[in-house]
Formats: sequence, C-alpha cells, structure tokens
Amino acid sequence: MRVVALTAEDDFEGWRDAARALAGARVPPSELVWQVGEIAVDLFGDEAVLAPATPAGFRVPRAFLDLAQSVVLHADSQRFALLYTLLAGLIAEPRRIDDAADPLVRRLEEMAKAVRRDIHKMRAFVRFREVQDEAGARYVAWFEPEHHIVRANARFFVDRFANMRWSILTPALSLHWDCETLAEGPGATKADAPGDDPVEDVWKTYYASTFNPARLKTGMMLKEMPRKYWKNMPETALVKELIATARQRETGMVAKARTAIGGNIEAAWQALRDEAAGCTRCHLYQHATQTVFGEGPIDARMMFVGEQPGDQEDLAGRPFVGPAGQMFDKAIHAAGIDRATVYVTNAVKHFKFEPRGKRRIHAKPDAGEISACRWWYEQERLLVKPEMTVALGATAARQMLGKAVTITATRGRAIELAEGAIGWVTIHPSFLLRLPDRSRAEDEFAAFVEDLKGAAKALR
Amino acid sequence: MAQLDMRAKLAILADAAKYDASCASSGIAKRNSKDGKGIGSTEGMGICHAYAPDGRCISLLKILLTNSCVFDCHYCINRKSSNVRRARFTPEEIVDLTLSFYKRNYIEGLFLSSGIIRSPDYTMEQIVRVAQLLREAHDFRGYIHLKTIPDADPALVHQAGLFADRISINVELPTVAGLTRLAPEKSAPRIEAAMGNVRHDLDNSTDAGKRFKSAPKFAPAGQSTQMIVGADAATDGDIITRAAGLYDRFKLRRVYYSAFSPIPDASAVLPLQRPPLMREHRLYQSDWLMRFYDYQPAEVADAADPATGMLPLDIDPKLAWALRFRDRFPVDVNRAPREALLRVPGLGVKAVDAILATRRWRRLKLADVARLTASIAKVRPFLIAEDWRPVALADRADLRPLVAPKREQLELFAA
Repeated sequence: MRVVALTAEDDFEGWRDAARALAGARVPPSELVWQVGEIAVDLFGDEAVLAPATPAGFRVPRAFLDLAQSVVLHADSQRFALLYTLLAGLIAEPRRIDDAADPLVRRLEEMAKAVRRDIHKMRAFVRFREVQDEAGARYVAWFEPEHHIVRANARFFVDRFANMRWSILTPALSLHWDCETLAEGPGATKADAPGDDPVEDVWKTYYASTFNPARLKTGMMLKEMPRKYWKNMPETALVKELIATARQRETGMVAKARTAIGGNIEAAWQALRDEAAGCTRCHLYQHATQTVFGEGPIDARMMFVGEQPGDQEDLAGRPFVGPAGQMFDKAIHAAGIDRATVYVTNAVKHFKFEPRGKRRIHAKPDAGEISACRWWYEQERLLVKPEMTVALGATAARQMLGKAVTITATRGRAIELAEGAIGWVTIHPSFLLRLPDRSRAEDEFAAFVEDLKGAAKALR
Repeated sequence: MAQLDMRAKLAILADAAKYDASCASSGIAKRNSKDGKGIGSTEGMGICHAYAPDGRCISLLKILLTNSCVFDCHYCINRKSSNVRRARFTPEEIVDLTLSFYKRNYIEGLFLSSGIIRSPDYTMEQIVRVAQLLREAHDFRGYIHLKTIPDADPALVHQAGLFADRISINVELPTVAGLTRLAPEKSAPRIEAAMGNVRHDLDNSTDAGKRFKSAPKFAPAGQSTQMIVGADAATDGDIITRAAGLYDRFKLRRVYYSAFSPIPDASAVLPLQRPPLMREHRLYQSDWLMRFYDYQPAEVADAADPATGMLPLDIDPKLAWALRFRDRFPVDVNRAPREALLRVPGLGVKAVDAILATRRWRRLKLADVARLTASIAKVRPFLIAEDWRPVALADRADLRPLVAPKREQLELFAA
C-alpha cells in the first residue's frame, strides 16, 4: 500500500503528475491511498511515494483531463482514487471515456456536474457588502461553497470586478483583489465579514416588489435556489412572509376587481363580441355562417344558456329566434319572467349541422367543441355576473357544470356555482318540439314552465 | 432620506415591470472589465442571482423608467385609467441603482422598459440615455436589455441597439382580434414593422461584422418578444403557429409567454380568472421542442387536442405527441437516427448525445439507458435496446396512465 500526498484539496497538477507516473508504472489502483496535506499517520507502514518525473509512456483522451479537472474539486474524498481507477482503465481501453453509460464514467460525470453547479451557484449567490477604508470602498463577501471551487472560480470575479477592490472569505480560503493582483489568504469565519450594508434594504425592496403573488411556484424556486445557500443571502429573509401573504394578496386583487370595476362593461362586452366574431377555436367556424353571440341586458340577473344556434339563428346572427326560441319565449312568458330582463346565449356559438339534401340538419356538439367554446361562455359570465344561470338541456348543463350530467337527475333544483351564483338545469325547448304525443307535450311544457318558475323563485 | 424616497420609487417601478417574463442575460460573447475603467462581464451563459417565490429567476434589475402612460391597454397595470401610484426615475438614478446592485453581485445587468410619456420618441430618448450613461460614462460591461417602443423613430431604436445587448418589442397578444380588444391604441402591423426594422439592423450588423472587425455591434444578443397567454381567445395551437411565424420572420432569439395574471385595479375588459400556470409551462415546453428537438411547428400543434386546439395540461407536449403517434415507436437505441431518438419522451438532448457517443463502441442495454435518464419506467415503452423489447407495453391501448406523471406539490415549509 502506497500513500500519495497532494498539497491541497484542489491540487489537480499534483494529482495529474502522480497519476501519470504511477499509471506509467502500471501500479494498480488498489495499492494506492490518496491523501491531502502532510502525511500524518502511515497506516500500513509502507513508504510514501513522491511522483517521479518520468515520461508516462501512454496518452489519455483530452476529455478525461477536462473531466478530472472538475472532479478533483469535488468534496468526496474518494475522488482521487476514482479518477485513478478510470485512468488505469483508459490505458487498456481509451474509448471507455466516450461510454457515457459506463457506471464509473457516469459517476464521475455526475461529480463533475455537481462541481460545475456549485461554481455556477457561487457566481450567482456571492453577496458583497461595502466597507470603507483609507483607500475608499472595498467589497467583502462571505460564502460557504459545497466543493473545493473557490480558487478555480477566482477568474470569474477578477474579470467581472476588475476595477473594484474586493475580498471573498470562505471557511477554507480567502481571495483578495486590489485591482491589480489576486492574493490568497487563510480560511475565515462569518464574523470576519462585514455584518451589514444599507443597500441590502434597497435590494430587498426590489426582491419583494418583483415577486408576483398571483403565481406562486415555490418548488421551482427551491430547485434553483436550494436552502443551503439561503443563510448568506439577505433577500431570502423575506421568502416566508411573501409566501404566507401571496394567496391573500391575489384573492384581494381579484375580489377588488369584481366589486369595483374601473372600465365600461358595455364597451367590454361589445369588444368581446367583436373578438368572438372571428373565433376559430374549433373547426365549427368553417361551415357556419357566423358566430352567434349572446344578447340581453349586461346587468341581467338571469342568464339562459341554450345548446347552439340552429339554422335560423345561424342566418340571423341572433340567439333564440328559431322554433325552439319561440317555444322558449312562450314558456318564460308563462312562468312570469320578463323576456326583456334576461340575458340569453348558447353553450356553443357556431351552428353544427350535417347537410342532407338542401337542408342543414342540426348535429349535437361533442365534448371537444363544448370545451373549446367554454372560453366565451366564461367571459360572458364574468361580464354579466348573473345571479342565476339556467342551463337548457344537456349541452348547456355540461358547459355550466364542467361535466356531463343527466337532466332528469339534476333538473329543477338550485346548484351552487362559484362566487355564490346559482345554477339551474332544465330541458331544452327543442325537446318539446319533437314530442309527437300531444298530451305528453302538454305535460312536459308544464314541467318546463314549473322549472323556470322555480328558477325565478330561487332568485328572490 | 433620499434612500427612502428611492425605495418607494423602486417598489412602484419594479412592481410595474414584473409582468414582463423575460429575464435572460445570455446569448452573447464573453467580455470582461480587465482593460476598462468600470465593472462588468458576460460569460455567454446567463446567471440567475436569486429566485423569487414565483419561481422566476432574478437576473436583471427589471424596472420601468416611469409607470405613467398615455396608452390605455386593458391588460396593463400601468394603463392611463388605472389608479396605481405613479413614479418616475431619472436616468442618473437608474444608473446609480444598477451599479450599486451590480457591485454587490445582485444582478447581471439592467432590463429597462417604460410607460409612454409625452411621445414615443421622447420616451425612447430617455431609455437610450440610461444605456448611454452606463456604457460611456461608467464603462459598464454587464448586460443591458432595452424594451423599445414600436412607434419610436427607427433611428432611436437603432441607437438603443448599439448600447444594448438585447432589444425587445412585445407583440402583446397572440391574435390581432385580441390586440384590438385589449390594446386598442396599439397596432399589430406597426409592432411587426418595428420588429422588421430591428431584424434589418441585426442583419446589417452581422454583415458589417464579417467585413470589418471594428464595426459597431448591434444588439449582439438579438431580439425577443412576449405574448400574454389566456387574455384572448387564442388556443395553444394558434399561439404555437404565431410564435413559429415570428421566429422565422424576425429571427427572434426567444418568444416569451406570460400567463395573464390578475393585476390590481383590473379593467372590466379583462378576464379575471387566470389561466393555469401549467399552460404557460406547456407552451414553453413546446417552444423547446421547436428550438432544440427539431419539431416543426405543425408537429407541435399536432400534440394539441384536435377539437379544442389545447395542449394537455397533465402531460408534456412531447409525451402527448408520442401518445398520438404510437406508430413512430418503439425506437431502437442502437440504430435509430438522432432525430428519432430526440422524439422519445424522457430522453433529453444530453441523453441522446450520450447514447450516440456510447453506441459507437458497443450496443446499449436497457440498464445503460437507465443510467442516462431520470426514469427508465417512463422511457422504456418507447424503446428497443439490446436486451429489451416493449412487446406487451407497446401494444397496450392505454399507455397513458403508465407514463403520465403523478402530480405532487412541493411543500416549502413542511417539517
């Protein structure tokens, strides 16, 4: 057993020279112990080796040296031995370095990746504090890296802050730059760094203001800014409070917007209708004549939602004007509801049909078409804010409730919707047109009127 | 005292700027301050100096010069009719703030935008002035991103590009109908004309750079734009198609998507419900597929539900595409071309490159692929390896439950 001594934790040159000589002499990895610093105890009684400067007699791929340069900085005490094991393997099989799926290559790649990440995070998370001395401003930071990266990272800070006097203090090593030369010093403690900087409060103000409480995504934050770095970053003191109040701030904004609307709702509705005229959210626009948008007073307390425009609505561009619309008018009149006070619209706003000879036969919209059209339905509801929404038929009920329901099981009772609004389900008036049996049609009409009366009553 | 004043203004003008999603500080050649008088460097790859609890990276000091504005765009917190508090920085104040943050290693540079005051040209002049002070008076070599104003004189935009690393102009909404409804004073043709001018300047600068080494560089990190998602009726398919067109015509580096989010003092024209944040995420993933995975825009759009035009929210678009085109799988890791491997859900660009490097020397087994990916269980229904054929899996009609992720919420302050 031989002990190889390296001068520092990040002593890449020392490792490379020793490894080159040892591998050249074909010393197997199992006979070596790699150690940093003075050899304190010689465990196995054998002599330590100092690397002899003999020619190696073999070549290694460039990619291996790049890998080794990063891996040497890793905190894992196995790193020198693992690298030597791979080196010994590469002499026999140089292409092994390209075998990304090789377990040892993979492990070393992962270690190199961890080192690169730590280097990157140091560049990101070092926080300087300003102090004044006889020569003016000096910037001092305290940082605790995970791996032995400080010396390797010095170039970045010299390049960036070339004309600024700075020091970076870490537990193992300190760096000092005086605008001309970089000096190294021994490790330091947090107490050696300045305790405060007034600009940190300005920075915290920025951090808090640039955060958007309406889009909390703490998992993403933690992934990129792990807690282990937090203790030396002033802004992280705010995180807990910002998260705690975020939801409240968001709902506050939404609630305020609902109660005190600034703009002109009439204009907003008109603009929405104009936008809907060009809707291509599903394929139905291709064959229909036009978008048939809802209509009625914007401050209506009741909104009626039909299935989709029919042949006549498609040509007229207005909802509820065909035979079913006339049936609807008759029914709400019978229920004692003033037609002029209600807003009427459809779950799907383009006419879906199958051509049969010269006629266009109504076709039922499918789930995809209903959900493509939900956007308009929701926009209309946001503007009109009806206290009572009555869904006429299964398609409208699906739009209102977001799921398929059976009419018989849900009709004629109040259903709670979001924001305290009430929903109500009943049949579509076209159902009445299709009943051949006259007495049954009369019964069903009466039941329909009862449902509408119930909805009007639930509103009061 | 002055400090407090400064903080109050910063709070207003950072709050007003935060709805812009772009924060990149990447895409330029390395430079440093060693031969200069000031500070600043760029490394090519950007650095995120902090993350806010919204998961967004804080790389640049992102502020407005002023949040006063003569326009009345409904989605914007700074519109004329909004009741927010107004503030304005002087160019010198922004310069001081940028430098004092930069010296403490809080930021990579400045991202400056502004509400429109007096006239588009006047506002643009003020923005250019800040960049000029930083570059010329302070020899600042950090990153500068300037938002330009579509209606400003192209000569001013050109000047901005000489100081800035990146220039951006927001198209704001994916559809022209949406823009007409929500930003009635903005015009889609004028926005696109301004982006066209910037592209022209970028092309000229590249040309000149080839002939004269000393030619001034115009916005070396190129131009980008942003669209608001969920405020108009555009489907994901519409958005992807629009973005692809913009990339092509204006040689954009990035199209940013910003899920519409509720703002204080919202206008009535705006939808109050925000779209799911996941929708924005899925759009970014689809963008990724086009930029790094060789998908054509129409192919990405194929991943969307044909009836609704929307990408699924519960699975990523690459997996959605693979589940729609089952006949393209399984792919043989030992023989398939790079393009085919890139289509395998769960294999990233790095994993594909590692597979290609390895298979030059030997044939890969499933365990080899497992070492290169996060989850072999998700990948293997789509793969053939030396010792693996997904016989039972590949014929399953309902593959989706096997490969779709289970949703988990990370708890920040869990014990």
